[in-house]
Amino acid sequence: MPELERHSFDVLVIGAGGAGLRAAIEAREHGMRTAVLCKSLFGKAHTVMAEGGIAAAMGNVNSSDSWQVHFRDTMRGGKFLNNWRMAELHAQEAPQRVWELETYGALFDRTKDGRISQRNFGGHEYPRLAHVGDRTGLELIRTLQQKIVSLQQEDFKEFGDYEERLRVFQEFTVTDLVKDGDRIAGVFGYWRESGRFVLFEAPAVILATGGIGKSFKVTSNSWEYTGDGHALALRAGASLINMEFIQFHPTGMVWPPSVKGILVTESVRGDGGVLRNSEGKRFMFDYIPEVFKDKYADNEEEGDRWYTDQANNRRPPELLPRDEVARAINSEVKAGRGSPHGGVFLDVSTRLPAEEIRKRLPSMHHQFKELADVDITAQPMEVGPTCHYVMGGVEVDPDTGSSSVAGLYAAGEVSGGMHGSNRLGGNSLSDLLVFGRRAGAGASEYVRALDSRPAVPEETVTEARATALKPFQQEGGENPYTLHMELQQSMNDLVGIIRRQGEMEEALQRLEKLKERAQSLTVEGHQQFNPGWHLALDLRNMLLVSECVAKAALLRTESRGGHTRDDHPSMDAEWRRKLLVCNVDGDRVSVEEKPQIPIRGDLLDLFDRTELEKYLTAEELS
Amino acid sequence: MSYQGKFRVWRGDDSGGALEDFTVEVNEGEVVLDIIHRLQATQAPDLAVRWNCKAGKCGSCSAEINGRPRLLCMTRMSVFEESETITVTPMRTFPIIRDLVTDVSFNYTKAREVPSFAPPKDLAPGEYRMQQVDVERSQEFRKCIECFLCQNTCHVVRDHEENKEAFSGPRFLMRVAELEMHPLDTADRVDQAQDDHGLGYCNITKCCSEVCPEHIHITDNALIPMKERVADRKYDPIVWLGNKLFRR
Ligand SMILES: Cc1cc2nc3c(=O)[nH]c(=O)nc-3n(C[C@H](O)[C@H](O)[C@H](O)COP(=O)(O)OP(=O)(O)OC[C@H]3O[C@@H](n4cnc5c(N)ncnc54)[C@H](O)[C@@H]3O)c2cc1C
Repeated sequence: MPELERHSFDVLVIGAGGAGLRAAIEAREHGMRTAVLCKSLFGKAHTVMAEGGIAAAMGNVNSSDSWQVHFRDTMRGGKFLNNWRMAELHAQEAPQRVWELETYGALFDRTKDGRISQRNFGGHEYPRLAHVGDRTGLELIRTLQQKIVSLQQEDFKEFGDYEERLRVFQEFTVTDLVKDGDRIAGVFGYWRESGRFVLFEAPAVILATGGIGKSFKVTSNSWEYTGDGHALALRAGASLINMEFIQFHPTGMVWPPSVKGILVTESVRGDGGVLRNSEGKRFMFDYIPEVFKDKYADNEEEGDRWYTDQANNRRPPELLPRDEVARAINSEVKAGRGSPHGGVFLDVSTRLPAEEIRKRLPSMHHQFKELADVDITAQPMEVGPTCHYVMGGVEVDPDTGSSSVAGLYAAGEVSGGMHGSNRLGGNSLSDLLVFGRRAGAGASEYVRALDSRPAVPEETVTEARATALKPFQQEGGENPYTLHMELQQSMNDLVGIIRRQGEMEEALQRLEKLKERAQSLTVEGHQQFNPGWHLALDLRNMLLVSECVAKAALLRTESRGGHTRDDHPSMDAEWRRKLLVCNVDGDRVSVEEKPQIPIRGDLLDLFDRTELEKYLTAEELS
Repeated sequence: MSYQGKFRVWRGDDSGGALEDFTVEVNEGEVVLDIIHRLQATQAPDLAVRWNCKAGKCGSCSAEINGRPRLLCMTRMSVFEESETITVTPMRTFPIIRDLVTDVSFNYTKAREVPSFAPPKDLAPGEYRMQQVDVERSQEFRKCIECFLCQNTCHVVRDHEENKEAFSGPRFLMRVAELEMHPLDTADRVDQAQDDHGLGYCNITKCCSEVCPEHIHITDNALIPMKERVADRKYDPIVWLGNKLFRR
């Protein structure tokens, strides 16, 4: 056995997206020796794909905006299932986190008076999303990356070593968390390039690994989204909440097949794009749910006027929260009123001049032109729902990001609670910064308060290595690509946007079989940059997380946000008071109900009683 | 709609390798990366390729297709004839790791050598005011997805290992320009560009701009203006100082 490479740090951050990088900056600024580990190259994490913007109630475009209004919108968007404390911290701190990016060098689009411009987005009462065209995620990640470089330059000046206090290990995959008794002691993983194993010893680990979309066939997510952090947390004894809630973004590309699922940003609708069915009808007017009736225009004229006069008109229903729009599109297609390739039409060409479209939506223009031969300045796009975001994740303490396992923290998409049953657009990027920073601080405080550092038990290392090498040891087993495709198809068809009891039960049976077959996967070749092997290891995580999704979805007998049950179509106030908590024992997932934490009184007072009656039980209101 | 396409893909590692022939299914609307993935799933499970978003946003899947630097995910199969043999090779300027994957650490080293944004000391977070027209110049450069195709194609380093030490390449010269043109950056970047990053090596052949998948005008908008500033400075430093001090 080759000698194991070993490193020791104070804080390890797994993930180099917005959450991970912000956490690392914070830990480093708290004096911790910090490392960031990430599967792909530094600067390429999934955050880079975010388009529309980052939500923060700065009030630059409409000064009526405030954290209270943002908080309200977030709770409404999540159908009041959100962890209220997270929603509160998020709304309060997002503006500071955005302004801080400017001090790192970010260049957002500007208002006439030179402030950060803010755009409209679904579910947000005022223009609230700071943005750079439709490439906001790139700006965010590059800015944080460059801030990290600047901290490294400081270290170089002081110590002659760029990596003295903050080091990035790129193209490195973590396969297991390592514990010393009840507390975190480090992580184990491999270099993509060489396939060689490494042990990192550290008393605190922050998970910032993003989402799980690669378990679904049609998704906007990149290959990194295999639910690794979710699975690592489960296996280390932490619990996941809200796993039944998955956001299907209403507008993904539907054609050509090879790009099916790629995102079409919500900004298209924010900037005036309308949805039509094959009969040319703006069908969203037929789908305004009762709870939103007074907030959305019920006729085209009023909806159109809103773009120029927001004070005196209600917004068009194209800007309803994503779950509503996704379901509406789904229904139209099912009713036979879809577009030729099974979507609906999204058209911005009739609202804005070509020049303006190219300016405001450059990457959409580029994407459609290059990949689908469609010129969005002159033609409608064909769009349909795509698996986009997981609301569920590691159950954390809102203030510090701490999980139930000592030394284990989580932030960003891998954490759960903040968005309740449905996330509003733009609320992820702000979530990453607010809670990335908090997790960085929380982990640092934890490390500082320790009187002894944990030690890594050698047998766990031996075990982790054996697990990782298993696919090479077996012969005649199945190809991981086949299993992955079957998993994606099952999740898409049976635990997708519209769910039924029988189908989810079937999904669980299929998952059981897939789990068995996964025991005997075989990969060819060597450990050096071997994608077949990588997929075999990722599959273990995808299967575990998919089981959480299917089991929780089966138990929740209501429809709410990113969980729609054909057999239980309405929202049930009793269910709002319950969280479904996933744990794992061996390789079995168990799901239990747990009471939701009641919303603090002064926050409840921010809402009208009539609105609360739509969500809360009579008992809670009395 | 589907056909059997002919591919030659470079396979090997730092000790050597060769082009390998494949015949593989191609469907309507596909891009070259789809074909590479199909090869992995059906014929060559350990074929190494770097990719991530598959939407032209992350800049991971850079390679050379028929000798031309491109993103695998943004190159549609429909631009080729069905009978054509398509050759896919790794970027030539960087050391090979395996198959289509190269060691791009050169770029990260160069990134670290560019002094970071130097914020104005007198402005607190939230007090920054900039006009759209003033940020647009640097915003163009910030569209860069760091695919490193410009670095790969630049003839200063493409077949000249010896220049890598002194030359940061178009990507990072553009980064210097971006900071220089940032309305609130307080550092002096002009001498750096020339002395530390090798701006003088560039003889504006525009190869970098031609391969940029984001269509950034690297040469016209970043490199030439920087060269002009260097020339101005050499000519009359007082003018430069005045410009820098009173620009805001
Ligand atoms: C196309 C698209 C557009 C979007 N647009 C917006 C938008 O406009 N506004 C908004 O608010 N949100 C948007 N979102 C959502 C948002 O981008 C994501 O939720 C967010 O970026 C997630 O960030 P993160 O920091 O949690 O993780 P990510 O950025 O996904 O980073 C995850 C990191 O973890 C690493 N990692 C994962 N597993 C491992 C492992 N086992 N070992 C080592 N490293 C690992 C990865 O390599 C990566 O570095 C969009 C999402 C998509 C897909």
